[in-house]
Amino acid sequence: MNKNHRVPSNRSLSAVEVKSKFGAEFRRFSLDRSKPGRFDEFYGLLQHVHRIPNVELLVGYADVHGDLLPINNDDNYHKAISTASPLLRLFLQRKEEADHLAFGTDSLTRKKNTVLSAVLLRPDPNRKKPPVIISLPKDFRPVSSIIDVDILPETHRRVRLYKHGQEKPLGFYIRDGSSVRVTPQGLEKVPGIFISRMVPGGLAESTGLLAVNDEVLEVNGIEVAGKSLDQVTDMMIANSHNLIITVKPANQRNNIVRSGGGGGGAASGSSGRSSDSGASYYGYSSPGGIGAAASTPSHIIQNFHPEELESDEDDEDLVIEAGGEAELIPCAPSASYSMPSLPRYEPHLNLRTAAAAASSGSLAMERRSLEEDGTVITL
Amino acid sequence: MKRFRRHGQESQRDRLKQELFQFSKTVEHGFPHQPSALGFSPSLQLLAIGTRSGAIKLYGAPGVEFMGLHEENAAVTQVHFLPHQVELVTLLDDNSLHMWTLRAHKGLSELLEIGRFTLTGPPGAPPSVTRVTAVLAHSSGELLLLGTEGGHVFVVEVPGFRELEERNISLDQVSSSVPDDYIGRRNLEHVEALQENPVNPNQVVIGYGRGLMVIWDLETQRAVQHIPATQQLESVWWTEDGSHILSSHSDGSYCRWSVGGEDSKDEEEKSDIPYGHFPCKAISKIVQLPTANGPPFLVFSGGMPRASYGDRHCISVIHSKTHVALDFTSRIIDFFVIRDGPQHTGDPSALVVLVEEELVVIDLQTEGWPVIQTPYLVPLHSSAITCSHHVSSIPLKLWERVIAAGELQLTHYSKKPWPITGGQNLAPDPPQRDLLLTGHEDGTVRFWDASGVCLYPMYKLSTAGVFHTDTDPNDNMNQGTEGEWPPFRKVGCFDPYSDDPRLGIQKIHLCKYSGYLIVAGTAGQILVLELNDEEAEQTVEAKVVDLLQGQEGFRWKGHTRLDVREEPVLFPPGFQPFALVQCQPPAVVTALTLHSEWKLVAFGTSHGFGLYDYQQKNNVFVKCTLNPSDQLAMEGPLSRVKSIKKSLRQSFRRIRRSRVSNSFPVGCNDALQEANARLEAELAEMELAPVQRKIEARSSDDSFTGLVRTLYFADTFLSDSSHNTPSLWAGTNGGSVFAYMLRLPPVEHRTDEPITAHPAKEIQLMHRAPVVGIVVLDGHGAPLPEPLEVAHDLSRSPDMQGSHHLLVVSEEQFKVFTLPKVSAKMKLKLTAIDGSRVRRVGVAWFGSSRSEDYGESGLVVLTNQGDVHVVSLPSVKMQVQYPCIRREDVSGIASCVFTKHGQGFYLISPSEFERFSLSTRCLVEPRCLVELPAHSASPTQHRPQPDGSSQLQSCFVSSAVLQEIQKSLEVDQT
Repeated sequence: MNKNHRVPSNRSLSAVEVKSKFGAEFRRFSLDRSKPGRFDEFYGLLQHVHRIPNVELLVGYADVHGDLLPINNDDNYHKAISTASPLLRLFLQRKEEADHLAFGTDSLTRKKNTVLSAVLLRPDPNRKKPPVIISLPKDFRPVSSIIDVDILPETHRRVRLYKHGQEKPLGFYIRDGSSVRVTPQGLEKVPGIFISRMVPGGLAESTGLLAVNDEVLEVNGIEVAGKSLDQVTDMMIANSHNLIITVKPANQRNNIVRSGGGGGGAASGSSGRSSDSGASYYGYSSPGGIGAAASTPSHIIQNFHPEELESDEDDEDLVIEAGGEAELIPCAPSASYSMPSLPRYEPHLNLRTAAAAASSGSLAMERRSLEEDGTVITL
Repeated sequence: MKRFRRHGQESQRDRLKQELFQFSKTVEHGFPHQPSALGFSPSLQLLAIGTRSGAIKLYGAPGVEFMGLHEENAAVTQVHFLPHQVELVTLLDDNSLHMWTLRAHKGLSELLEIGRFTLTGPPGAPPSVTRVTAVLAHSSGELLLLGTEGGHVFVVEVPGFRELEERNISLDQVSSSVPDDYIGRRNLEHVEALQENPVNPNQVVIGYGRGLMVIWDLETQRAVQHIPATQQLESVWWTEDGSHILSSHSDGSYCRWSVGGEDSKDEEEKSDIPYGHFPCKAISKIVQLPTANGPPFLVFSGGMPRASYGDRHCISVIHSKTHVALDFTSRIIDFFVIRDGPQHTGDPSALVVLVEEELVVIDLQTEGWPVIQTPYLVPLHSSAITCSHHVSSIPLKLWERVIAAGELQLTHYSKKPWPITGGQNLAPDPPQRDLLLTGHEDGTVRFWDASGVCLYPMYKLSTAGVFHTDTDPNDNMNQGTEGEWPPFRKVGCFDPYSDDPRLGIQKIHLCKYSGYLIVAGTAGQILVLELNDEEAEQTVEAKVVDLLQGQEGFRWKGHTRLDVREEPVLFPPGFQPFALVQCQPPAVVTALTLHSEWKLVAFGTSHGFGLYDYQQKNNVFVKCTLNPSDQLAMEGPLSRVKSIKKSLRQSFRRIRRSRVSNSFPVGCNDALQEANARLEAELAEMELAPVQRKIEARSSDDSFTGLVRTLYFADTFLSDSSHNTPSLWAGTNGGSVFAYMLRLPPVEHRTDEPITAHPAKEIQLMHRAPVVGIVVLDGHGAPLPEPLEVAHDLSRSPDMQGSHHLLVVSEEQFKVFTLPKVSAKMKLKLTAIDGSRVRRVGVAWFGSSRSEDYGESGLVVLTNQGDVHVVSLPSVKMQVQYPCIRREDVSGIASCVFTKHGQGFYLISPSEFERFSLSTRCLVEPRCLVELPAHSASPTQHRPQPDGSSQLQSCFVSSAVLQEIQKSLEVDQT
C-alpha cells in the first residue's frame, strides 16, 4: 500500500524529511516530494512507523509560519509536503484524546493560536489559496458559496449548496412561470423555472443566497431552458448532494458589483450564515475573508479544487462485504470527510440498536450494520 | 495532429453508429382504439377502419396492412371505397372529405392522401345545407353523391372533387314531386341513406330522415318513384335483383318495398318488427343477400326490445329457419358481408362485424355459424394488459408445442381460412420466431406470435383455476337456453370484467429452452409452470413465504392471500402449474426472475425478496428490505397515511387563510371582503400548488425504499477472482443492491441436498435512486448469457478468464463496478445532465447493416421523457437518442418492452401495441402490394369500366388532376 514511501530514499532534493511526533516518541523518515501519494496511504504509513496500527489519529504539521495546521485530506497533505523546507514536522494525537473543537483554535502550540486564526483571514501572497480545510469537517464545513462571479453577468448568481450528509433538508420548491427576455425581435415572453417557496430552516433559506421568485437558469452548468418542471426537479434532485444553481435573483439590489481589484466584497451582503457551524463558517463571510477572496477574484471562495466538483459525494457508494465490512468506494478525499454521511445508512440497514451518541460515526455504524461480527474500515 | 486523429476516430464511430442504429416505428399491432367507421372493397378484398382520432387503417390478407392519418384531428365518420378502384373516400367529423389511394412505389404499395374537399353551399346558406350525412360512391367510379343535413344531394366528380352543380338534386326538386297525400308534405329532413340500383346505375334511392324514399334517375334528373314510409328512416338496402328496397326504421321495424315501373303502386309489400310486441330500438342497418339455391340471408343490427334487451349490442342473422341474434360485448360500429365467387357476387360467406373493441368474423357457410379466428386486429385488451414479456428466437420444438396447445383451445372456431384476402404480403419471412407474452388483469397470460407484422394469438393460459374465486364456472357461458327469444348467442372475446383483481398478472418470465414459465401476480402469488402436452390432474403445492422475518410494527391493510384449491385440478395441455409460492404479506410482486438451469426462482415485493427452489419445492432464503420508517410500505396499498398528511396540510392552510382574512382592517371585515380574501387565497393556492415541485434529496425515509425493483442471477466472481460462483443480485427502490452467493449441490444430489445462500455484498448507491437493472459483464465486456443458452449451443460461453464487471442501472445513472472487489469504474449520469430518468432498460444485440459478422451489445433505455437511448457496453457511453413516446403518455412508457435484437413494443392505447426498431438489421414492417384485379367487372355489366373507352375524357381529366396532386406531393417530400 505504501511501498513508495517505506524505503527512505537518498537525500536528494526531491526528498522531504519528515519528523513525526506521537506522544513522546519521534520517528524520522522521508517522502518523495514529487510523488507524495495520497493521504490515506500517508496515514497508513504513519500508523505503521509509529506501530500504532489501530489508533485513530489526528495529524497536524507546523507550516512555514510556525502555525499548526491539520492534515486530513489529500490537499492539505500535498500542501504540507510542498511547503516543507526542508523538514516536515508532524504532530500526532490520538483522536479520542484530542479535543476536536480545540484543534483549530486551541492547538498544542497554544501560544500560536492567534497567529493560526489570523492566517485564516489574512491574504497571503505566498499561497495561492487559503488552506483547504482548516479543521475537521465534522466541526466545520461550507454550506454554500457564490461561485464563478468572474464569468457570469452581474445580474446572475451561481450558488453552490453543499448538502454533504447532513440531515438538514435542501428546502425549496420550484414552479413554472414566464420570464421576459430581450431578443433581436424585442421583448419576448418565454417559459421559465422559478423558486416558488423556501422551507423555513432549510439549507436554501439559511444561506440567504436564494429567494422566492428567483429564476433558475442553470442546474450544475446545464441550462434549464426548454426543460419541463419535472425534468428540472429531477436534475436538481440528482445533483442534490452538490447542487449548483445559477439564478437570476428577483431582487437585483444585492448583486455583486465588480470593480477593478479592490473592494469586491459586496457578495458578503447576501452571503449566508451556517446555523450548525456558525463560528467557523464566519471565517469565510467575515470582511477579512472576502478581502482574501478579492485578491484572487476568480473564485470568491476556493475551498475545493475543481476536480472535487467531479468526484462528488455520490461516488462514495457504500459497500458491505460478506464479513460485514463496510467501505466506501472509491476513496473520498479523506476518510473522515465522509463520516457525517454514514449515519444516514443506519435506518436502511434496519439494525437500530445502538444509540447515535457514539462519538465516532463510523464505529457506531460498524456495530449497528453488522449481522455478523467484523470490523468496519472506512477508507 | 492529435486532435485530427481523434476526429477521425469519432467520425469512424459515427459511421459505425449509422450502420448499427436507426429508429423507426414500424407497425401497430392489435385493435385500433375507438374505431368509428368501417369500409370494404369487394374487388380489392380490403377492409378499412377509421378511428375517432383520424386514423385510417387498411387490412387485407394477413401481413397486408396500411395506415394513414388525417391531418385534422377529427373522427372518421364514413369510409367508402370507390368501386373497382384503389381509391377510397373518408368523411370526417369536420365535414371534410378526403381521397386516399394505394400507390405502388418500388414494388410496394403506399397509402397516400391525394385530395381533400369540403362542400361549399350557396352564399349565406346555413352550415346544415352542406353538412354531409350520407355518401354514395357511384359504381361508375367517377361520381360521389353526397346527401346533406339540409336534404340536398350534391354530385361531385372524383377523384378530383369537382362539384357538378347541374346534377345536384335539391330538396325543392324532390319535394315538389312528393305526392300530396304524404302526410301534409312536411319537412323531409336530412338525407339518411343513398343507395344505387344494383342493376341500373342510373337509379339511386334517396332516403330522407322523415321516412320518405325517392328513386331518382340520374340521367333524366327526375324522380322515378316515391316510397312513402312513415317511420323515421335508419337505413336503406336495394336488393340485388333491383326488384325490392328494404328500409329499416327507428321503431325497430323493417319494410320491403317493391320497385316497379313508374306507374306501379308503391305499396309496402311486407313490414315486420322482428322483436316486436313491445317497443323496440331502431334497426340501424339492414342487408339482404341472395343465395344461389335457397332463401336469402337477412342481416340487421339492433331492433332489440327496448325495455328488456335495450342494452344489448346485437346483430341478427336470419337464413331460412335459422335465426340468431349475435350478442356482442361492445357497441356495434358497422358490419358487412363477404360473398363468394370470382366477382364476389355469390353466396354470403362471412359476416364481418366491427364493434367498438374488436373485429368479429362469422363463418356463414359452416353449420352453427362459428367465429373465424382473426389473424390481426386482435383485441389485446380483451382483459386489460397488466404486463408484457418478450422472448426472442424461440426454439422450434417449444414453438410447435405452444402452437399445438393453442390449437386445442380453438376447437369452437371455424376451420375456414381468413376471408379477407386482398393484396400480397411481400415481407420476407421473419428471421426468427419471437413470442410476446401479455399478462392480463383476469389472471390470464396470452402468447402472441410476434415474429412478423401480424401479432397472431397462439395460446392462452389461465391461472385462475389454481385458486378459489367468486365466479361460478357455469356462469360465464351464458349460451341461450332453448326457446329463448330473441335467440341470443354471445360472440367476441372482449371481456373487461375481472373476477378478482388479485389474479392480475404482474410479472412473467419464460425460459425458452426448458419450457418453464413463471408468472407472478397482484396478491403475491408466484406460479411455476411446465409445458405438458397431455392434460393432467394435479394439486398445486402452495408454499407461504414470510418476507417480513419478524419485522415489528407492521400492519398489512391490503388484500388477503388468494385461496388455493386443495383438491386436484384438471389442467388442459399446455403450461401447467406445479408449484406455487405465496408471499406474506400478499403484496404485488415487483420483480421476478428464473434460472432454469439451477431450477431457482427469485421474487421480490415491496417488503423483500426470496429465493425458491422449485426442484425441491422449498424456499431457500428470504431477505426483508423493509424500512421501518416507511409508513406506506408498512401498511399496504390501502394506507391512509398519505391522505391524513394531505388533510392535515389542508387544515393548516385553512387556518392560515382564516388568519389572513382576520388581519384585514376592522373597517372592512364584512362578509364580502372576507369571502373575497378567501377566494383570492384559494386562487393563489390553486395557481401555485399544482405546478410546484419540492426539491429534496432522497432519503432513506422515502416511501417504498425497500421495494425490490430488479433481480438477476449470475455465475460470476463474487468473493474472489479465481472462483466463479452462482449468485443472486437484487436492487431496490432505495438504491441498494444485495448480492447473495449461492451454493448448489452437485447435480446427482440436486434433489436431496439443500441449496444455501450467503449474503456476500451490499451496495448502497449514494444517490439513492431506484435500481432498475443489474447486469454482469464478462471478461470481454459482454453481458452474461441467459441460463441454458450456452448448453444449447446458442451462445458462446462467457469469458471467465478476464475480470467481470457489474453494471448497476439506477433511474439516474449507469454505473460499472469491478468484481469481485466492488469499486466504481465508470459511470454515465443521465438525470444530472438532462433531467430524464430511466424507466425501462434492456440488453440488446445490434448487428451492423454493412457487414454480416459485426455486431455489438448495448443497453436499450427508455426514459420518463419518452426518449429511447442506446448506451454502449461495457463503456457506458451514450450512442444515440430518439424521441419515441410522448412524455405525457405515462401508460405507454410503463408498458414498453424491449426485445433482445433492438426492437420494442409499447401500448399506444389499451388495445394497440406500437412496434419500433432501433436496429438497422432487425426490422419488422409491413411490405405489401395491392393491385387492381385485372378484370374487375362490376356485378352489373351495364356500364363500361373506368378504363373503358367511353370514359376516356373524364379519365383523362381525373388522371391529370391526380398527376398534378402527386407531383405536388413529391415536391413536398423532397
